[in-house]
Amino acid sequence: MTAAILADPLGPRARRRVVGWSIVAGALLIVVVVVAVRRFADHGALDRKRWEPFTRWSVVRFLLLGLVNTAKAAAAAMVIALAMGTALALLRMSRTAVVRWLAAAWVEFFRGFPLLLLIFFVFFALPKYDVHLSPYRSLVIALALYNGAMLGEIFRAGILSLDRGQSEAGFAVGLTYWQVMASVVIPQAARRMLPAIVSQLITLLKDTSLGFVITYEELLRRGRILGEFEGNLLQSTMVVAAIYIAVNLTLSRIARRLEVRQRRRLGASAITGAGAEDLTAVVTEADVRV
Amino acid sequence: MRVVLDNLDVFVGGMRTTVSLTVLGFAVAFVIGTVVAACRVSPVPPLRWVGGFYVETWRNTPLTVLMVLFFFGLTKVGIRYGAFTTAVIVLGGYTGAFVAETIRSGILAVPRGQAEAARSLGLTFPQTLAHVVLPQALRTVVAPLGSLFIALTKNSSIAAVISVGELAFRADRLSDSTARPVPVFLGAAIAYLAITVTAGVAFGIVERRVAIRR
Repeated sequence: MTAAILADPLGPRARRRVVGWSIVAGALLIVVVVVAVRRFADHGALDRKRWEPFTRWSVVRFLLLGLVNTAKAAAAAMVIALAMGTALALLRMSRTAVVRWLAAAWVEFFRGFPLLLLIFFVFFALPKYDVHLSPYRSLVIALALYNGAMLGEIFRAGILSLDRGQSEAGFAVGLTYWQVMASVVIPQAARRMLPAIVSQLITLLKDTSLGFVITYEELLRRGRILGEFEGNLLQSTMVVAAIYIAVNLTLSRIARRLEVRQRRRLGASAITGAGAEDLTAVVTEADVRV
Repeated sequence: MRVVLDNLDVFVGGMRTTVSLTVLGFAVAFVIGTVVAACRVSPVPPLRWVGGFYVETWRNTPLTVLMVLFFFGLTKVGIRYGAFTTAVIVLGGYTGAFVAETIRSGILAVPRGQAEAARSLGLTFPQTLAHVVLPQALRTVVAPLGSLFIALTKNSSIAAVISVGELAFRADRLSDSTARPVPVFLGAAIAYLAITVTAGVAFGIVERRVAIRR
C-alpha cells in the first residue's frame, strides 16, 4: 500500500520531511533491535548450543510431527464443525418455531462459552460421569462444539444473503424444500462464505494450541517437551511461534485471495438479497475475529 | 445448583479477576491498537513496516503460545513479571493487533475530503490524524471494538494456562474439589455470560451516543 491514504501525493517539502522521519524511525528501530539482541546475548540465549538442536533431523521431525498432530486435530474438528454448522443453520431457519428456538439457544450457548472452559469440561469433568475420552478426542469435541456454533452463524448469514428469487425459482420448477437447499441455496451460499470459513479455520488452528493444557501432544506441547529436554525453552517456544506464524500467514493469504475473487464475481453478477448486509458484516467481522 | 450457591465467593472472586484482566487488557490493547494503526497509515515507510510486522506476528500466534513464551520463556533473558501482569500484557498485545486492524478500517472509512480539508488548512500529518481523522474513525468502530472486548473476555480464560486465578481456573479447581462438574461449569458459563452481556449493552449505549451513520 502506498502512503496516499490520508494525503495527496507528497510535495518536495513533505517528501524531505518524510525522509527525515524515516531516518529517525529507522535509527530508533535499529537501537531497539540492538538492545534486544544484546539482552538475549547477555543471557546466553543466542549461544550455539541453544539453537543447534534445530539443525538435527530428529528434533525437526519431533516438531513437525507435533505440527501434524495440530493439523490432525484441526482437520477433524473442522469437518465435524462444518457438518454441525450446516445443520444448525438449517435448523435455525426451520419452519417449526420450537426447532428454531432450540437451535438459536444452542448456538448462543456455545458461542458464549469460553473455549478453554469447554475443553476443561470435556476432559476433566466428563470422566466423573464415566465418560473417558483421550486428550485428542476431548480437544476435537470441544473445538467442534465451539466452531460448529460459530460456523452456524456464518452459514446463516450466507444463506440469508442469497436473493429470495433463487429459492423461489427452485420451488417454481417443482423442487422440494430439501432439493432447493441442497442443489440451489447451499452451493451458492457456501461459495460466498468461503473467505469467512477459511478465517474461521485459522482461528480454529490457533485454538488447537489449547490442547496443551490437556497434554495433547500438539506443536506447543512438543515445543515445551523439547525445551525442557534440551534446556532451551525460550528458543523452542520461539520456533513454535514462528511455525504458527508461517502457517497462518499462508492460510490468511489464501483467504484474502478468495475474498478478492469473490468480491469481483459478486460485483459482476450483482446478486443482492435481503441478507447482503449481514454477509458483509460477517466477512468484515472475519477480518477482526480473534 | 447448591454447589454454586455454597461457593458463590469463588465465582465472585473469579469474576473480579476476569473483569480486571479484561478491562486492563483492553486498555493496553486500545493504546497499542491506536499507535499501531497510526503507524500503518503514516507516510513514513519504516513506521508502516513496524505496524504491519506487529499486526502479522501477534495476530497469527496462538494466545496460548504467547502466554507460555512470555511467562516461561522470557524469564530466561531476565524479563520477569507476575502471572497477572504477564497475562494483561499478552492479552493486551494480542488484542491490540486486532484493535489496530479495526481502527485502521475505521480510518479508511473516513471520507478523503476530511483529510484533504485538514491538509489544506495547513495541518501536518500527526495533526490531521489526531484532530480530524482519528476522532471520526473511532466513532465508527465502536461496534467492532465491542465484539473485540467480548472476545477478549472469553480469551482471558487462557490466562489459566499460567495459573492466574480467573474464572475458568477457579471453576476447574472447584469442579475438581467438589466433584460436581456440571453445575460448576454451568455457573461459570453464566458468569461469563453476565460479563459479556453487560459489556454488549454498555458498548451498545456508547455506540448510540457517538456513532456516525454513513
